[in-house]
Amino acid sequence: MNLHEYQSKRIFAKYGIPIPQGEVATTPAEARAIAERLGGSVVIKSQVLVGGRGKAGGIKVAKSTDDAAALASQILGMKIKGLTVKKVLIDEAATIAKEIYLGAVLDRAQRRVVLMASSEGGVEIEEVAKHTPEKIIKVAVHPFLGLRDYQAIELADGIGLPKEHLSAFVKIARALYQVYLESDATLAEINPLVITGDNRLIALDGKIVIDDSALFRHADLAELRDPDAEDASEREAREHDLNYINLDGEIGCMVNGAGLAMATMDIVKLYGGNPANFLDVGGGATAEKVAAALRVILHDTRVKAVLINIFGGITRCDEVARGILSAINSLDVKVPFVVRLVGTNEEEGRRILADANLLTATSLADAAQKAVAAAKGGNA
Amino acid sequence: MSILVDKNTLVVVQGITGRQGIFHTEQMLDYGTQVVAGVRPGKGGEWATRNVPIFDTVKDAVAATGANTTFIIVPESSAPDAIIEAADAGIDLIVCITENIPALDMVKVRAYLDGTHARLIGPNCPGLITPGETKVGIMAGHIHTPGHVGIVSRSGTLTYEVVYALTARGIGQSTAIGIGGDPIIGTTFVDVLQMFEDDPATEQVILIGEIGGTDEQKAAAFIADHMTKPVTAFIAGQTAPPGRRMGHAGAIISGGEGTAAEKMAMLKAAGAQVARHPDEIAEMVARNIRD
Repeated sequence: MNLHEYQSKRIFAKYGIPIPQGEVATTPAEARAIAERLGGSVVIKSQVLVGGRGKAGGIKVAKSTDDAAALASQILGMKIKGLTVKKVLIDEAATIAKEIYLGAVLDRAQRRVVLMASSEGGVEIEEVAKHTPEKIIKVAVHPFLGLRDYQAIELADGIGLPKEHLSAFVKIARALYQVYLESDATLAEINPLVITGDNRLIALDGKIVIDDSALFRHADLAELRDPDAEDASEREAREHDLNYINLDGEIGCMVNGAGLAMATMDIVKLYGGNPANFLDVGGGATAEKVAAALRVILHDTRVKAVLINIFGGITRCDEVARGILSAINSLDVKVPFVVRLVGTNEEEGRRILADANLLTATSLADAAQKAVAAAKGGNA
Repeated sequence: MSILVDKNTLVVVQGITGRQGIFHTEQMLDYGTQVVAGVRPGKGGEWATRNVPIFDTVKDAVAATGANTTFIIVPESSAPDAIIEAADAGIDLIVCITENIPALDMVKVRAYLDGTHARLIGPNCPGLITPGETKVGIMAGHIHTPGHVGIVSRSGTLTYEVVYALTARGIGQSTAIGIGGDPIIGTTFVDVLQMFEDDPATEQVILIGEIGGTDEQKAAAFIADHMTKPVTAFIAGQTAPPGRRMGHAGAIISGGEGTAAEKMAMLKAAGAQVARHPDEIAEMVARNIRD
C-alpha cells in the first residue's frame, strides 16, 4: 500500500527527520490561509499516488498568498495519469543547495533491509541505477543488530557529503531505518534529501510503501489507504479477498492460483488477445468466490469475452463447474464464456458446462484461442 | 529415490487442530505420509484427527515420536514463531504453507535459520511430494505418478497443471517442490537444482519461475556452470505490468528488474529449453525422453 507524500513526511517527522513546515489543503481558500501562515512563499504539491507529478504540472512554486490560492485552484481537480487531484500539500519554500537520495528497501537477494544513498537526488533512483550505478552506495542491515552508525557514515562518505552534515545525516539514516521497521515498509525513501541554502538537511519529498501482508498489525496505517488510488473493481475484489488487477485488454480472466493466472494472461497475449485483468480466485474456487470474481470482471465494460481457467486438484472440477453455473445464473451475462477445467473429474465438469451451452476447452492453448476468437465476435 | 522426503519421513503437523490442519492431515495420511504427531499449545495429551497424538510443543513431539519434518499450517501472525520453534526443536525440514507472512518477519526468521541446520521450504508454498512415497504439502496427491522428472516451482496451481500433463503422458516425477511465492523464502531454485543434479533418480528437471527478484537469473548461472541434466523452464508473467503485485507477494517487477523477458533470455542462454506457455512444458520433457 502506497502512502501519500504528506502522510509519509508526517511519519518521518514523528521519528525526528526534519521536514518543511506545511499543511494539506482541499480548497484554494485553505491553500491561501496556509500560505499566509507560512509567510507567503510556498510550494503547492498535488497529492496523488503516481510518479511524475512535477512534469505533469502538479507541483508549482507560489510567490504570494494570492499566487498560492490561484495555483491551488489550478492544481486541485486536475487529472494526473488518470487520477484527480483532491488534496494539495502546501510546504514552505526552501532554497536548495544540493539534492541527495536516501532510501531503505528490502533486498531479496541479500535477504536484508538495505539502505541506499546517492549524490544524485531528485531523480528516480531506478534511473540512477540504470545510468550511473556507481553513484549508489548501499549497506545491508543485519536484522538482529539494526543499522550501525558506521554504516550510515559509510553512506555519507560514499556520496561525498560535506563533513559538517555528518551527524545530522547519521541521525536521519537511523530514523529512516526505524520508520521502515516500525511501519513494516517495503520502501521508505527521502528523495530529495536536501542541503538548504542556510545549510540544513531536510526531507523535501518522501515516499513510504507498506507491506500489505503486515497491515493486520497496523490499524493506524491501514486507515491511510487512499480509496481513489484503486478503481472500483479493485476495491470490490479486495473486499472479497480476491487478487485482482485491472489491465486494459478485452478478455476477462478468472483463474485459480497466481502463477497459473499470470500464465493464462501470457497465453492470451501470445494468441493475439489482450488480458483485461489478472485475477486469482484462490485455491478452492468455491461458488461464492467464483460469483464475486465474475461480478468484478463483468463490471469492466471493455470485457468482450471471459476465459475461466481452473485446475481442480482437491476441489473437484464437477464442484467447480456447478459453482460457475450458479454464478453465471445469478448474473446478467452478455458476453461469451470459454471455460477450461482440468484435473480431478474434468470430464464430468466439462459435461455439466457443455449442457449449459458454454464453450469449453481442454488445453490452455485451445482455451486462449477460443477466447480471442469469441472476443472478436467469431464462434471459434 | 527422491530428494528431501521419502516413505521414511516422519511428519509433525503444526496447527493440526485448525480446519485446514485437519483436512490436510487426513489427505496426507490417505496418501501414505507418516504423520506421527501434531502440535497445538494447550492441547498436549489429546488426540487429533485419526488418533494422531497432540503435543504442546514441537520439542515434545520430536522427543516422543522422532519426527524429523514439520508441516506448518498456522495463521500468518504465528507462523514466524512456529518456524523458529521447529528449528530449535531440531527438525531437519520445515515446510511452511502459510501465506501473507510479513516480509520483515521473514528477514528475521531467515537470519535465525542460517545459524541452525534446519532447511525451510516456503513460506506461501504448496509443499513437496515424492510420488508413491509421501507428500508433505497441500497438493492433490493422485495427479502425481512416480518417475524421474524433478520439478521446482514458485507457483502452486501452475505446477499441478504441469504435473497433470506429465502424468497424462505417462511421465512420472521424482520429487515436485513448490518453493513459494514470497520475496523471502527458505530454499531457492539453486538449492533444489543442486539436489536434483545429485539425485540419481532424477533424469531431468522442470523449473517454473515467475516475475520478480533474481532467483531465476541465479538459477540460469547455476544451470550453465553445474547442471548436466536437461532443464526445461517456464516463466509466468510475460504480460504483467511493472510495479504491481501479481497475487504472490514476490511477483512484482520493480525498477525494471525481474521481468519475464530477462529471465527467459538468461535461462535460454544457459542452455535450458524455455517454454512459451505451460502446454509446451510436457511436450519438451517428452521430447527429451524420446531423444
